[in-house]
Amino acid sequence: MPKDGGIGADTKRREDVRYLTGSGNYTADINAFGQAAAVFVRSTVANGKINAIDTSAADGMPGVLAIFTGEDFVDVGGNPAGWLINSRDGEPMKEPKRPVLAHGKVRHVGDAYAAVIAETVEQARDAAEAIEADIEELPAVVDMAEALKNQTLVHDEIETNQCFDWGWIEDNRAATDEAIRNAPHVTTLELVNNRLVPNAMEPRASIGTYDRAQDAYTLQTTSQNPHLTRLLISAFVLGIPENKLTVIAPDVGGGFGSKIYHYGEEALVLAASKKVGRPVKWVADRTESFLTDAHGRDHVTKIELACEKDGTFIAFRTETMANVGAYLSNFSTATPTFLHGTLMAGNYTVPNVYVNVKAVFTNTAPVDAYRGAGRPEATYSIERVIDKAARELGLDPVEVRRKNFVKPDQYPFASAAGLEYDSGNYDALMDKLEEIIDRDGFAERRKASEAKGMLRGLGLNSYIEACGIAPSNLVGILGSRVGLYDAATVRVNATGNLSIMVGAHSHGQGHETVFPQIVGEMLGIDPASIDIVHGDTSKIPFGMGTYGSRSLAVCGSAMVRATEKIIAKAKKIAAHMLEASADDVDFADGQFTIKGTDKSVGFGEVALKAYIPHEYPIEDIEPGLEETAFYDPANFTYPSGAYACEVEVDPETGKVRIDRFAAVDDFGNVMNPMIVTGQVHGGLGQGIGQALLEGASYDADGQLLSASYMDYTMPRADDLPFYTVDHSQGTPCTHNPLGVKGCGEAGAIGSPPTVVNAVIDALQSGGKNVTHIDMPLTPSRVWSAMNNA
Amino acid sequence: MYAFEIERPASIADAASAMKTDEAQALGGGQTLIPTLKQRLAMPSVLVSLTGIGEMKGVCMSDAGEVCIGGATTHATVAREAAAHYPGLAGLASRIGDPAVRNRGTIGGSLANNDPAACYPAAALGSGATIITNSRSIAADDYFQGMFTTALEEGEIITEVRFPVPEKSHYQKFVQPASRFALVGVFVAKYADGVRVAVTGASEEGVHRWTEAENALSGNFSADAISELSVSADGMISDLHGSPEYRAHLVKVMTGRAVSAAS
Ligand SMILES: Cc1cc2nc3c(=O)[nH]c(=O)nc-3n(C[C@H](O)[C@H](O)[C@H](O)COP(=O)(O)OP(=O)(O)OC[C@H]3O[C@@H](n4cnc5c(N)ncnc54)[C@H](O)[C@@H]3O)c2cc1C
Repeated sequence: MPKDGGIGADTKRREDVRYLTGSGNYTADINAFGQAAAVFVRSTVANGKINAIDTSAADGMPGVLAIFTGEDFVDVGGNPAGWLINSRDGEPMKEPKRPVLAHGKVRHVGDAYAAVIAETVEQARDAAEAIEADIEELPAVVDMAEALKNQTLVHDEIETNQCFDWGWIEDNRAATDEAIRNAPHVTTLELVNNRLVPNAMEPRASIGTYDRAQDAYTLQTTSQNPHLTRLLISAFVLGIPENKLTVIAPDVGGGFGSKIYHYGEEALVLAASKKVGRPVKWVADRTESFLTDAHGRDHVTKIELACEKDGTFIAFRTETMANVGAYLSNFSTATPTFLHGTLMAGNYTVPNVYVNVKAVFTNTAPVDAYRGAGRPEATYSIERVIDKAARELGLDPVEVRRKNFVKPDQYPFASAAGLEYDSGNYDALMDKLEEIIDRDGFAERRKASEAKGMLRGLGLNSYIEACGIAPSNLVGILGSRVGLYDAATVRVNATGNLSIMVGAHSHGQGHETVFPQIVGEMLGIDPASIDIVHGDTSKIPFGMGTYGSRSLAVCGSAMVRATEKIIAKAKKIAAHMLEASADDVDFADGQFTIKGTDKSVGFGEVALKAYIPHEYPIEDIEPGLEETAFYDPANFTYPSGAYACEVEVDPETGKVRIDRFAAVDDFGNVMNPMIVTGQVHGGLGQGIGQALLEGASYDADGQLLSASYMDYTMPRADDLPFYTVDHSQGTPCTHNPLGVKGCGEAGAIGSPPTVVNAVIDALQSGGKNVTHIDMPLTPSRVWSAMNNA
Repeated sequence: MYAFEIERPASIADAASAMKTDEAQALGGGQTLIPTLKQRLAMPSVLVSLTGIGEMKGVCMSDAGEVCIGGATTHATVAREAAAHYPGLAGLASRIGDPAVRNRGTIGGSLANNDPAACYPAAALGSGATIITNSRSIAADDYFQGMFTTALEEGEIITEVRFPVPEKSHYQKFVQPASRFALVGVFVAKYADGVRVAVTGASEEGVHRWTEAENALSGNFSADAISELSVSADGMISDLHGSPEYRAHLVKVMTGRAVSAAS
C-alpha cells in the first residue's frame, strides 16, 4: 500500500488551486513596467513576392515607437530544424532559411512580414493597418502531390518542394517488396491523416525585456521548454550569449506540441526591446493561433499489409507524403520520420517493414509534432489496414491481432522497424478490454440499436508507441541535433524541506504534485514539504523540457538519481552524527539507523547539520545538501494499449454518436493513477476530436477555411462519452528507475483508428460496402460515403 | 476595435433619434456585433444600445392571441416565458448557442442580422410573424430578402415581433458541428388554415419556405405526407460542413422529424 501522498496515491493536483481559481500567472497576465505592445503584420496571401513595404504613413502615427520588417533581420540567423534527415540517396534534406520576419517572399497566410511597436495594442494595430505592402500574389501550392511536381516553388532557392525522400529501413526495401509480391493476400488502404490545429487554450504570448545596465535579456514566453528556446535564440537566431539571456515560461495554458518550438515572435520582442529600451509584449489573438501555431499531422498515405490467408502478417509497406508547410519548424523533420517510421511494426512480430516518407513544402502553416507526433499516424495506418484485411479475409479483427502479437516471453523484442521493445503484454491488455467493453453483449446492443433505426458498430485495436525521448546517442545517430536527456537539482533546505529544480516544464501535466510524491516516498517525508521549481533558465538545470511523454520517464528519473545522491551524502553525515561508518547506516521512512542498534537520527536533523556544520567532518564531507543529476535513458519507453469504441450511426443523417469507449493502457508503474487517468482522458478527447470533428482545411489558394471556431470543430463535453480507463495490466519499463512509461500522448495515439473502425463496422452492418472514410468523420462525410457505396 | 461612442437610450423614441447620427449602429446583445468590432470589420461612430429600453423587453399575449416579444428580449427570456404560450418557439430559443449567448443575444438582433444559419428567422417565417419597427409593421414573408439582407431601412429598429400561435409546431435543428448554428433547421407550424414550413441553414437565399411540403402537410400532417417529395440541391449552400446534396437531403429528413415531433 502506498503511504498517503506517496507513490501510487491519487493525490489531488496542488496546481489546480491556482488553475481553477484564476490565480495562475500566464504570460499575458504579466505587465512589465513601461511595457510597449507589439503587433504583427501578416500576409493575407499564401504565396507572394514582397516588392516593397512602405512604413512612412505608419511611422509617425500616435504612439508608434518602432517598426520592423524582414530587412531588419537579414543579418541574423534563421530558426533551424532540430533534426537532420538524409534522403534515400544520401543527400541531406533541404533546409531553407526561416527568418524572424519574412523577407523577399511571404509563404503562407499569416506569415509575418512586419511588426509595429507602440504604446498600446490599439495604436500598434492602427499603425499596422497604415503599412502599405506591395505584395504581388503568386499562385499557391497547397496540395502535396501537386507540390511534388515543382511547378510552383515555396522556396525558389532550393529548386524543389521536396524536403527529403526518406526510406526506413532502406536496406529492408527489397525484401519487403519481394515479400509483398509473393504474399497470398495483400490489403491496400489509402488514407489521409488529417491536419489539426493544436488549439491550446492560451494563445502564444511573449515579453522581451532588455536590461541595458547588464546588457542582458529576459524572455517571458509560452514555452514547453525554455532551455531549448534559449539555445535556439542564442546559438542560431540572434546570437545573444546564453549567459545573457534568461527564458522564463511561467504558467502555460496547454501546448500539445505547439509550444515546443521557437517562433519568430520571440526573437522579435527581444530585438524590439533593445531598440525601444522598454519591455515589449505580444499576445496572439485566436486568429493568429489558427494561422501560425505549428499544425499537426497532415499525411497522405498508402499502406499495404501482406498476410497469409490465416491472417499471419508478412509485411507492412507504407508510402507517405508528409506536409511540413512553408518552413521547417524545429522538429518537423523528426515527426514524420523517426517518430512514425520506427513504429510501423506496431505490436506485431511481422518480419518485413518498409516505410517511405516524402516531406513536402507547401504554402501552408508549418506542421510539427502535435500530441502523439508521428505515432498516431503510424497507429492509424496500421490499425486501419489490419481491420480492412480482417474483413477481406473473413477473420475476427481481434483474433488477427492476437495471432501476430509479440508475446510476453519475446522481450526484449527487436521490431522489424528497428526498435527494441523492452516489455509488454498485449494479450493481457486485449483480454481486459474485451471484458470491460462487454464484447459478448455487443450483438444484443446492436439489435437494440437496429430496433430504433440506428446502426451500431464496434471497433477494437491495439497500439504501441515509443516515448520518453530518448537516448542521446541513439537520436544523435538518427540525426537529432540536440541531446535528449533531462536534469534535476534536489535542494534540501536547512530546515528539512525541499526545492527541486527540474528541466521538464509543467503546463497541466501535474508535475508539481507527482514529483513530490516520488521524492517524498524516497525520503520518507511529507510531499507537502517539497516544491517543484520549473520553467526559468536562471533557476533550473539545463533540461530539454516537456514533450513526447518524457517528463516522468526522463526528468523524473534524473530527479530519482539526484535524490539517491542526496541519500548517499545524508548517510555519511548521519554516520558522523551517530559515530558509525556510513556502510552501517540504513535509511528508511525518513530515519537513519545504525544496523542492529536503536541509534537513529531523522532526515530533518541531518539536513540541519549539513547547513550548520558544527562538529562536522569538514575535511571529508562538504557542507550543504544539494545534488544534481542528468539522466540520459537507455531506450525509449514503450507504452501500449488496447482500445475499444462503440458507436451508433444515424443512417439518415450520417451523424455518429459514441456510446462507449474503453482504454486499457500499459504505462508500467503508475505514480498517481488519478493524474494518469486524466492524461488518458485528455488524449482521448483529442484523438476522438481528430476522428470525428477536427480538420484544418485550406482552399486551393492557400486560405485557411477553418480559421475560427465557427468552422474548426473543437470537441465539446457532449461530443465525448464517459470513458472506462484501466491501467491494471502494466508491465514495468525495464530501464528506468521507476519502471514508468510515458502516458501523456497514448490516448491521442490509440483512439483515432478505434473510432473509425467502429463507424466502418456500423456501416457494414447496415449493408453499406464502405471500407474507408477519411477523418474527420463528420455527418456529411459519413452520409456521402453511405450514399456512394 | 476602433473607437466609438455609446448611447444608452431609455425609450424607443430616443433610440430612433440616436440612430439618426451618421454611422450609428444598433447594439442588441452584441453576440454578433461585438466579435465583428473586435476584428475591426465594422467601424460605427456610435453604438445605440437597446437593452436598456424597458418597452422593448418581455413576452406577452396580445388580444388577437399572438405572442408578442419585445425586440430586445433575450433568447433565455423567450425560452422561459414563451414556453406556456408557444412551446415550439420557446424550444427553438432554448437551443440557440450556449447559456452565455442566450442570456445576451436578442430576437431583434438575430432577425436584423438574418444570418443564413440562424434559428429565429425560421420561426418568424414559419409562423408568418409580423416584425414591428419604430416606424412600421412588416410581414415575415416580405421581411427576409436573402442572406444577411432584410427589409429594414437604415436606422430602423425592430421593437417587437408578433407570432400567431399555431396548433402544433416544432423546430428541428441539425447543427453545423463547429458553430452549432443550423446546418439545416426546419420550423414546422400547423395552423387552422394550413401548415407553414420554413427552412434555415440550407439555402444561398437564406431562410425560405418549402411550399410543396406545406401543401402536402396541410392535407395530411404526418411525416408520410412528404415521403414522395424531393428537394433540389440547386441553390443550396456548399461549404466544409456539407454539400448542396447533403443539405437538400437534410431538409427533407428534418422536416419529417419536425412533423413527427410537433406538439
Ligand atoms: C457562440 C455563439 C453561438 C450562437 N449560436 C446561435 C445559434 O445556434 N442559432 C442562432 O440563431 N444564433 C446563434 N448565435 C447568434 C446569437 O443568437 C445572437 O442572437 C445574434 O448574434 C444577434 O443578436 P444580438 O442581440 O447579439 O445582436 P447584436 O450582435 O447586438 O447585433 C447584430 C446586428 O443586428 C443589429 N441589431 C441588433 N438589435 C437590433 C434591433 N432591435 N433592431 C435592428 N437592428 C438590430 C445590430 O446593429 C447588428 O447589425 C450565436 C452566437 C454566438 C456568439
